[in-house]
Amino acid sequence: MTTAERQLLSGDDAVALAALHAGVRLGTGYPGTPSTEILETFDRLGGRAQWSPNEKVALEVALGVAFAGARTLVTMKHVGLNVAADPLFTATYTDVEGGLVIVSADDPGMASSQNEQDNRHYSRAAVIPTLEPIDSQQTYDFTLLAFEISERWKIPVLLRLTTRVCHSKTIVVPRAPVSDVAEPAFERNIPARVMIPAYAKPAHHRLRAKLAEIAAWNEAEGPIRLDDGDSKLGVISTGISAVHAREAAPQASHLTIGMTYPLPFERIRAFAASVERVLVVEEGDPVLVDDLRAAGIQVEGKPEMYRFSELDVARVRRILAGDTSPETVLPKGKPPELCQGCAHREVFQALGELECIVSGDIGCYTLGVLPPFSAMDTCVCMGASIGVGLGLRHALPEEQARRVVSVIGDSTFVHSGLTGIAEMVYNPPATGHLVMILDNGTTAMTGLQEHPGTGRLLDHSTTNKLSFEGIARAMGVQNVHVVDTTDKSVSLKDVIAELLAKPETSLLITRQPCVLAAPKIRVYDKAAAESARQHSCAAAVTA
Amino acid sequence: MQKVKNIVIAGLGGQGVLTASDMLAEAAFRAGFDVKKSELHGMSQRGGSVSSDVRYGEQVMSPMVPAGEADVLLVLEATQIEINRHMLSPGGVLIDPGLLSEGTLKNKKSLNVALLGAVSTVLDIPQEHWMAAIYANLAEKLHKVNDQAFALGREAALQGSIAQH
Repeated sequence: MTTAERQLLSGDDAVALAALHAGVRLGTGYPGTPSTEILETFDRLGGRAQWSPNEKVALEVALGVAFAGARTLVTMKHVGLNVAADPLFTATYTDVEGGLVIVSADDPGMASSQNEQDNRHYSRAAVIPTLEPIDSQQTYDFTLLAFEISERWKIPVLLRLTTRVCHSKTIVVPRAPVSDVAEPAFERNIPARVMIPAYAKPAHHRLRAKLAEIAAWNEAEGPIRLDDGDSKLGVISTGISAVHAREAAPQASHLTIGMTYPLPFERIRAFAASVERVLVVEEGDPVLVDDLRAAGIQVEGKPEMYRFSELDVARVRRILAGDTSPETVLPKGKPPELCQGCAHREVFQALGELECIVSGDIGCYTLGVLPPFSAMDTCVCMGASIGVGLGLRHALPEEQARRVVSVIGDSTFVHSGLTGIAEMVYNPPATGHLVMILDNGTTAMTGLQEHPGTGRLLDHSTTNKLSFEGIARAMGVQNVHVVDTTDKSVSLKDVIAELLAKPETSLLITRQPCVLAAPKIRVYDKAAAESARQHSCAAAVTA
Repeated sequence: MQKVKNIVIAGLGGQGVLTASDMLAEAAFRAGFDVKKSELHGMSQRGGSVSSDVRYGEQVMSPMVPAGEADVLLVLEATQIEINRHMLSPGGVLIDPGLLSEGTLKNKKSLNVALLGAVSTVLDIPQEHWMAAIYANLAEKLHKVNDQAFALGREAALQGSIAQH
């Protein structure tokens, strides 16, 4: 085989290439490690992709694309699916015309996340067929398969990846692009798309019928791999666990399940009957082992201690040996920190000096919790800084309530902070409240992506720009201030102290481009100015 | 079956750990091996510890190098040596920035490529695949300086004795 046919691709890149080959009309999503590169690569390969303000909107836009009969891909990290859960649970009731594939990239071990939730629970709860690839080749193949399943049964399909699949590079042999992708066209189908109870009740029955058909397909011809080995030990696994297990126990018999919801119980039952001992090796929660036991298939699971963090070959060896002795504690690496020269440093310095109670949010500025600042007291999920800050204000004694500040980044504010401002205006605490947007003009944490507040699209070309100060004024926030943190004539500490002293609602925006993004932003601005100049020249010539 | 070669590259965010592992993985890929590469990034973009695993051979299963099984540990920053030493196999080779004397490199940013030059002396990947992989991962204006860095690291490794553990 020549290198021209083979490519060394990450799992994320494999999804993007497959989406291109599948004829995806539009890719939507919200950046989140380890899923971010999917849409970036899709755009680079020539696909049409856009960042949405958040995952709920991304899924809703994609649902519209699918209703229009075109193929569409939605990408997000695991916690993003929580944000998109509301449309997800009803999207599965609807009939999608074009293929709709949702990528959920889980992060077992929390390399860069606030929790290690196992999104296989969503497959069961939202009733969504789920595929779990083991490497980049399977990620490519399963993306294409997911579109086929989605269109055949008119149902959204979940492609569940994990960090080690997203960010590992393995060899992929791609196929040719799909040639017969349908052109979008709207066909009215009210009972299949309007989920009022009268239509939703039959839709739920329809969904269960679809699921039964997909389960039968999975039994007959679903993606499942059997590696025959010694009949003493049979290992059942999914996703990245499968390759760890094959390396840890090369002599055993292995069954690797590709479509993990709905499960091919009869094929698994036959495998279990063919070996003396059956062990389920799965990362995260005991989802598969519980399902198999409920179906009456006697299997062994892993000890509880292996529910936490990622699996690897060494841990799978321990699971196989039933070893529950304490694991070796490895030396800790250097933790990340707020960049030198970052404007956020001054903000946390000031908040610390004023002894503020800081309700924080998700982003690079969450690092303000670490020494030397230690200036963050809460952090739960995207947008929670504002709601939690308001709750603290409502409940705390006045002296403490007056020190509560909500701190949120610009991208996070657009994602989930807008409704928090509505809440603050609608139910203002007696002491008022102060929300700070630390606006560094980018989504820094995930690698400098654009958002509706930057005025640039996913490919960094110019578009409309949200004005945070305009939004806050229109929503009725009493005091709206913007501080350019490079302006040394203004004391940030004094401004914060002044706003805290007022029993009013306040929004303080601290603005300075991210030190990592600034050189790139200058390049984008220059390109935009050049393009505008060429357009005006062309206009002059044609006039 | 031939034993899989395991290489771990470690350093701090911004040092080119991931680029170096991409180059190594691509060199092995071009040499016709089965290759898997794994990395963790995200928080590491803020200057924290970063490491990446590269495995190649006839057939690779897990993309992660098991602890104590690295044939080569390449460390770009001295403070990261002890943190990663447990990855080395008995008899494995440690390559660290101490291999090059201070000020040897024209461009400090090519340290990762210089140390890959040292790594190239202990792996069975032909020279032409290394150069092609390095060029493929860098802008053209950086080719010359990295050419020199690779040669420098390779020479230093061939002249000196690389520590075996």
